[in-house]
Amino acid sequence: MKSMWIAFVAIFVVAYGADRALDYTGFSAQEVTSGPSVRLD
Amino acid sequence: MTLSRLIAILSVLLWLPLAASAQDAETTTSDPRAATGGVQTLEDILARQRGEKIDMSFRSDLTGPDADEAAFVQQLGTLGITSDPALWRALRYNDVTLSVSSRTPAAEVVMQDAGMQWLAWRAGPLRTYGGYLLLAMIGLLAVFLALRGRIRTDHPLTGRKVLRFNSIERFAHWLLAGSFILLGITGLVQLFGRVAIIPLIGHEAFAPIAIAGKWVHNNVAWAFMLGLVMVTVFWIAHNIPNRLDLKWIAVGGGLFKKGVHPPAKKFNAGQKIIFWSVVVLGFSISASGLSLLFPFELPMFAATFEKLNAFGVPGWFGMEPLKTVLAPHEEMQLAQLWHAIVAFVFMAIILAHIYIGSIGMEGAFDAMGKGEVDETWAKEHHSLWLEELKAKESKDAAASTPAE
Repeated sequence: MKSMWIAFVAIFVVAYGADRALDYTGFSAQEVTSGPSVRLD
Repeated sequence: MTLSRLIAILSVLLWLPLAASAQDAETTTSDPRAATGGVQTLEDILARQRGEKIDMSFRSDLTGPDADEAAFVQQLGTLGITSDPALWRALRYNDVTLSVSSRTPAAEVVMQDAGMQWLAWRAGPLRTYGGYLLLAMIGLLAVFLALRGRIRTDHPLTGRKVLRFNSIERFAHWLLAGSFILLGITGLVQLFGRVAIIPLIGHEAFAPIAIAGKWVHNNVAWAFMLGLVMVTVFWIAHNIPNRLDLKWIAVGGGLFKKGVHPPAKKFNAGQKIIFWSVVVLGFSISASGLSLLFPFELPMFAATFEKLNAFGVPGWFGMEPLKTVLAPHEEMQLAQLWHAIVAFVFMAIILAHIYIGSIGMEGAFDAMGKGEVDETWAKEHHSLWLEELKAKESKDAAASTPAE
């Protein structure tokens, strides 16, 4: 059963990593959908 | 004035209205919208309400003078918007050059009218038939369990275990399975939240659930795709169909009758059906999911429809050729519908897989849980695989025994 639990943990590691990585590389909704003339801060 | 001249004038006056009405009739026949100056008539509106398909080019082509487009667009300037029907038609049919501050390609589409059709589909047949499909599958499995009971081994267990799936295979399976369950639940929450959850717990309580569900759905998708690729690579060679599968299918895999055990290698025909369903539906749902994850960046339907039209596929079903020019929003709407349709079929199939891999069959869960199965189980469900395994073990043992 160890493989199963490791896989379940891996799901969240991959999910969190994907979220951070996409945010870091400029794929956040804010980055993608706003322009310089739109102030979101 | 002579009498003959008077008669002639009276004749002309008498025939004029008739001639005019004849001309009107002629005009009406050739251009039904002459009376409205080319814009839609009451009959157009009624026809649309009756659900009839009408050629809308009379509206889409009537979007203002091409040569004076710049002046035309300037009506959206600081002086306010002129309520000009031609301008609104131009916006509606995307026949105008706009400058927007947003960077997304879709931002330049100010209006698109396929949205209501999508909404009606999403709120109507998609929820209704998708929900019924899942309920039908659950009902079918419950009836099967009631009639057949749990499938147990016919012979006593030996206590000797054989390794069925190694740890990396099990990891890949659970990576795929765990993420699939999370995606299924969060997807259903997004689709049915408004009609099934908000009435129970209210908007305030549902909002954080919806936000968390969206985060999970968007990000767990990557684990699903990773698991899908791993499982495909590990097991594709074992899932090539062969003649044994026909024998297995002919006796229903022995699922419906006690004591029937058709021979099978590592995967039987039933498992192969599950495998190929997972591969085909999994890659399809990943494609539409990626299209949704990166809005407007990965449109796929216009290109797909073009290929389907080239092969004449719509004609097989008596349909007109599919639209090959789609607004960015239409691409997203179609991607969402396709994603959900595939998801429902996928979930229905996986419900059957979860059933037979857990409560439906004794010993089946051990194969993927601990990785080992009893020899009796292996002999009854995968006899040829066990023989191959034994032959390999004997060969390895012989090779490792030192010659005297």
